[in-house]
Amino acid sequence: MDADVMTRPQAASGMTQAAPLLRVTDLTKSYGHVVGCRNVSFELRPGEVLGIVGESGSGKTTLLNAISGKLPPSAGKVEFDTSRFGLTDIYGLNEPDRRRMQREEWGFVHQNPRDGLRMRVSGGANVAEPLMNLGNRHYGQMRAATIEWLERVELDTRRIDDKPRNFSGGMQQRIQVARNLIHGPRLVFMDEPTGGLDVSVQARLLDLLRELVRDLGLAVIIVTHDMAVARLMADRLIVMKNGFVVETGLTDQVLDDPQHPYSQLLVSSVLQI
Amino acid sequence: MSTLPLIVVEDLAKTFVLHNADSASIPVFERLSLEVSPGECVVLAGESGVGKSTLMRSIYGNYLPTQGSVRVLHDGAYVDITQALPHQVLDVRRRTLGYVSQFLRVIPRISTLQLIMEPLLENGVSTEEAQDRAETLLSALRLPRAHWELPPATFSGGEQQRVNIARSFIRNYPVMLLDEPTASLDAENRAIVVTLIQQALARGAAMIGIFHDHDVRDAVATRLFGVSEFKAAA
Repeated sequence: MDADVMTRPQAASGMTQAAPLLRVTDLTKSYGHVVGCRNVSFELRPGEVLGIVGESGSGKTTLLNAISGKLPPSAGKVEFDTSRFGLTDIYGLNEPDRRRMQREEWGFVHQNPRDGLRMRVSGGANVAEPLMNLGNRHYGQMRAATIEWLERVELDTRRIDDKPRNFSGGMQQRIQVARNLIHGPRLVFMDEPTGGLDVSVQARLLDLLRELVRDLGLAVIIVTHDMAVARLMADRLIVMKNGFVVETGLTDQVLDDPQHPYSQLLVSSVLQI
Repeated sequence: MSTLPLIVVEDLAKTFVLHNADSASIPVFERLSLEVSPGECVVLAGESGVGKSTLMRSIYGNYLPTQGSVRVLHDGAYVDITQALPHQVLDVRRRTLGYVSQFLRVIPRISTLQLIMEPLLENGVSTEEAQDRAETLLSALRLPRAHWELPPATFSGGEQQRVNIARSFIRNYPVMLLDEPTASLDAENRAIVVTLIQQALARGAAMIGIFHDHDVRDAVATRLFGVSEFKAAA
């Protein structure tokens, strides 16, 4: 199966290599006999947007959780260029250091806003909380930053004190996006960020995400089963099937000239409208 | 100015394998070599289906060639598009290698003016200058001003085509691939595009083009290249 991986050669001519922001090496996660993901390796550079695509059960979310420090892998390494220690295996850090790094340098946008928001405190408090966690105690500054971010994600700032449950799904997702960007992360994970939304709401949220990612120069790892989302957001793709990476490459190359049988099936299964 | 060729294609082959159709194998071309120097516009010749667009897309990195190399002169060094990492290909496309297809494929819901400014903004040009250049080009291409603030999805074929052309010609790309850029244009607009192409060539751009319109072809081609000579055996 490993020999089956369709990947572009890793050698390159005429250009220098900058240090990676994230390096994943031979990452494997099994649940007993069941393989979540196996032998996944890749590097991510600052400002690069990587899409992970594949059908349900292909191991996308397991991979994302293992990379993002939520799920210790069975084997392999996840190294991140931390501001305090440089390129470091995140599972080699002690728990407080790892959590601090996750708080300071990462964001994680969940598919379901309920998983990423605290439903009992106001939308504004949800957005401001990461600043508080980083030690900011100046109420005025935090409120100003919160209002600025609510505006950036195009939410009505007069509703800053409303609870998340009083917002629509699309608005909750915007709160979640603001909450995950306000502290200036260098890497943001997104798990089907537009998954549960109506198409028109989804489209507007995608426009917003794309704009923010470009303006802030964010590195992003986005999991999606939607090829249109992948094409719109990602610079390059990883295609997964049964826990294995079956193909990687430039987004438009993988989508327009897929090499692996499964990628071909995946791309040809998209309905045209 | 450098006299090195800007594109060097060597021993290129492309075969499509359709795994979900009994692994049908569709050979397109093989042992194809081609060099394009500054100021040259090589027009791909051959009947429909011979692989002209496939060659263009292989050069752009949109298709993955089965064999061979496609080197593009980028920042004074050759980058092999078939071997380069995704971020390198994207950098080459951002600054060196432009592509005009027959179809406008852009992010929906974004205004025409914004779409055309985008390639400049990505390259660090100021908003004012980008807007100025975008408006100049849209005027030259005679796209009605009332359309500028609208997304191009509802435009006519010819209007979309001109948005496409503006998006590529606004950047003075050193290398351009033109896949029937004049396909759905009327005579006057074709003439405007011919002028844009000639200006780019005079500036030293290297181009590879597909033109079914003979007048356009004769006006811009410095040389014809028969893709059918490299037809791969089925």
